[in-house]
Amino acid sequence: MWDKIKDFSSEFFVTGDPLILGAQVSIAITMVAIVFILTYFKKWRWLWTEWLTSVDHKKIGIMYIIASILMLFRGGVDALLMRMQLAVPQVEFLNAEHYNAIFTTHGVIMILFMAMPLMFGLFNIVVPLQIGARDVAFPFLNSLSFWMFFFGAMLFNVSFVIGGSPDAGWLAYPPLSGLSGSPGVGQDFYIWGIQISGIGSLATGINFIVTILKMRAPGMKLMKMPMFTWSVLSSCTTIIFAFPILTVTLFLLFIDRYLGAHFFTLDGGGNPMMYINLIWMWGHPEVYIVILPAFGIFSEIVSAFSKKKLFGYKSMVFALMSISFFSFFTWAHHFFTMGSGANVNAFFAVTTMLIAIPTGVKVFNWLFTMYRGKLSFPTPMMWTIAFIPCFVIGGMTGVLLSVAPADFQFHNSYFLIAHFHQVLIGGVVFGYFAGLYYWWPKMFGFKLHEGLGKWAFWFWNIGFYVCFMPQYALGLMGMTRRFNEYNFDMGWQPLNVVSTVGGFLMGIAFLFQVWQIAHSIKFYKKEKTGDTWDGRTLEWSIPSPAPMYNFARIPVVTEQDDWWEKKQRRLRGEADPPEVAQAEQAPLEPIHMPRNSGVPFVMSSFWFIAGFGFVWDWKWMIVLGLGGVIVSMLVRSFTYNTDYYIPVEEVERTEAAARGAH
Amino acid sequence: MANHNAHTEHGDHGHEGGHGSMKSYVIGFLLSIVLTIIPLVAVMNGMFSKQVTTVLILVMAILQFAVQLLFFMHIRDEKKPRYNLISLIFGLVIMLTIVAGSIWIMTYNAVAT
Repeated sequence: MWDKIKDFSSEFFVTGDPLILGAQVSIAITMVAIVFILTYFKKWRWLWTEWLTSVDHKKIGIMYIIASILMLFRGGVDALLMRMQLAVPQVEFLNAEHYNAIFTTHGVIMILFMAMPLMFGLFNIVVPLQIGARDVAFPFLNSLSFWMFFFGAMLFNVSFVIGGSPDAGWLAYPPLSGLSGSPGVGQDFYIWGIQISGIGSLATGINFIVTILKMRAPGMKLMKMPMFTWSVLSSCTTIIFAFPILTVTLFLLFIDRYLGAHFFTLDGGGNPMMYINLIWMWGHPEVYIVILPAFGIFSEIVSAFSKKKLFGYKSMVFALMSISFFSFFTWAHHFFTMGSGANVNAFFAVTTMLIAIPTGVKVFNWLFTMYRGKLSFPTPMMWTIAFIPCFVIGGMTGVLLSVAPADFQFHNSYFLIAHFHQVLIGGVVFGYFAGLYYWWPKMFGFKLHEGLGKWAFWFWNIGFYVCFMPQYALGLMGMTRRFNEYNFDMGWQPLNVVSTVGGFLMGIAFLFQVWQIAHSIKFYKKEKTGDTWDGRTLEWSIPSPAPMYNFARIPVVTEQDDWWEKKQRRLRGEADPPEVAQAEQAPLEPIHMPRNSGVPFVMSSFWFIAGFGFVWDWKWMIVLGLGGVIVSMLVRSFTYNTDYYIPVEEVERTEAAARGAH
Repeated sequence: MANHNAHTEHGDHGHEGGHGSMKSYVIGFLLSIVLTIIPLVAVMNGMFSKQVTTVLILVMAILQFAVQLLFFMHIRDEKKPRYNLISLIFGLVIMLTIVAGSIWIMTYNAVAT
C-alpha cells in the first residue's frame, strides 16, 4: 500500500529538481498562510460575498488585474531563470528539459495569462464607465468568463509541480507536442488550461461587443465614442473571429493525443504543418488583439495630458478597424521558411507590410495630438512617450522580418526574439502599465506614488533596451532561440551577459512597482475629486472609486470628449443643452442591478476538475467534472431571482457620501 | 435604465424587423425543397460526371444558404446599423480565408502518401 502511494506520488508530483522542490514548498507555505489569514481575520464570508460571487464589472476587473500581476511575476521569474542560464556558456544551471519547460511556460503565461487578463481587467473597469453604462451587457457571463480564465490558468500553472510542465514551445507544434514527442501529461495541461480559459476569452469578446453596441449613453453616437472604447470594439471583433480557430486547432491536437487520430501526424495521412498553419491563423490576430487596446489607452492618455482633442479621430478609428480586419491576412509570415513557395510568401510579405501603414498613421496622430498641446508628464504620459520610439523601432524590425527572403536568415533567431519582445513589452506592457497608472485612481480612489513610479519607469525602460538591443545583434551573429547551451567559441557571451543584466534591471523595476503599490496603500490619500487628471471622458464625471451602480443618472452625451466639453462650457458660463440639463436634473429612479451569483465560480471549478481528469485520463473525474458543469447550468437556468432594484434612498445616501467628500 | 431602453424600443414601428408574410414563407419553403431535390436527383441517377456533380452540390448549397437567410432569417428586414449583415459578411470572408488560404498554403506542403 505504502509503496503504491510512493509510486503514484513520484509520478504525480514533479520530483528531483531543487528549484521545483523550492517552488513546491513555497506554494504550500503560501497557501497555508492565505488560509490562516482568511480564517484568523474571519474573512471567508467577505471574500465569497464581496469578490468571488460578484458580477460587478469593476470588481471582476480588479480580480483580472490581480491575477495577471501574479502571472507577470511567474512569467518574469521564468524569464530571469532563462537569462541566468544563457549568461554563461556551457553551464547546466537549467538542464535542457527544464529549460524547454521554462521557455514554454514563459510564452504561454505572458501572452495568455498575463497580457490577456490585464487587457480584460482594463476592459471591465473602463468600458462601462466610458460609455455611461451601469454594467456590461451580460454581467453573469462576465463573471463566468473571469472564473473560466482563472481556473484555466491555474490548471496550466499546476503542471509546474504536478505531472510536469509542457515543454514543446508556446504554440506546441506537433509532432513534438503529439503523443510520440510528448508522452507525458504536460501537453495535456497545456491543451486544457488554454481551452478552458479560451472559452472565457471568447465570451468576454462577445460581451463587450454587445455592451459597446447596445449600452451606450443616449446621444453617444459611434463616432463620439472615446478611443479606448473603439479599440476595445476592434479587439473584441478580432477575438470572436480568431479564438474559435484556436479552440478547434487545440481540439484536433487533443483528439490526436487522446483518441489516436492523425490530423497532425505523418502516419495516417495527417500533416503537422497544417497545425502550424491553423494555429497562426489565431496566433497572428492574437497579437493584434492585445496591442489594439494599448493603442486605445495611448490615445486617451495623449489627449488628456496634451489638453487637446485627439488628432485625426476618424483616421484613428479607421486605422483600428482596418488593423482588426487585416490581421487575418498575414498569418503565413510566421512560417516563411516552411516552403510554401514564392507566391505564398510574396503575398503574405506584402500583406504584412501593408498592415504597418495604419499603425504608422496612429503614431503620427499621437505626435500631432501633442503638437502645440499643453503638455504635462505624470507617469501615464511618460509610459506613452516611451512607447512611441520603442514601438517604432520594434515595428521597423518587424518590417525587416516581413521581407520573406531575408526572413530565411532571421527566422527563429534572437533577432526575432528581440523584435517581438520589443513590440510586446514596448507596446502591450507599456500600454497596459500606462492604463493602470491612468485609471488606478478610478479603480481604488487613490493615486499611486509618482516618485516610485518614475523609478520603476526608468528601470523598466533602461532595462528593456539593455536586455533586448544586444539580442538583435546576437540574432545576426547566428544565435537561435530555444537552446540552453552554447560554446565559448561562438563569441556570444559578452552580449548575453549584457542582456541578462537588462533582464534583471526590469526585475528591479517590477519590485519598484510592488513597492509603489504597497507605499501608496500605506500612505493612503483619498482622491477626492473623482477627476484626477482633469480628464475628458465620462468615467471622470463620477466619484472615485465609482459607486456600484456607476451613474446615479444616466448622462446624455452631445459631444466627443463629452465631460471635457461640459467642463469647458461651465468655465465659459454657458448653459448645457436642454436635453443634458434635463437628464441631470431628472429625479432619481430605483436602479436595476444584477444579483451576485456563486454559479460561475462553482461551474468553473468543475471545469477545472474535468480538465484535470482529462489530463490524467481519470474517467471518474471527467464524469464528475462535466456532470458538475451540467448541474451548474441547470441551477442557473432555473434561477429566476437574478436581479434587484437599489432603492432611491440608498442611491441618495451613496451619492451624498461620495460627493460630500469634496 | 432597462425600463428606459424598453420604452424607446417599443416606440419604434415594426420593432425587431417584423415577420415575413405567408407568401414569402411559402416561396422560401418551395425554393429550399427544390434546391434540396436537385442535387438529390442528380446524385441518385448519376446524371453528371463526378466533377460536375460536386460543383452542382456546392452551388445548390450556396443558394440554399441564401434562401435561408433571405426568407427565414429576415436578413433584409434588419434595421439600420445592419450589424447582423456586417458580421455575417465578415464571418464569410474569414471563413473563405481560412479554407482557401489553408488549401493554397498547404498545396506546396502536401505529403506524398
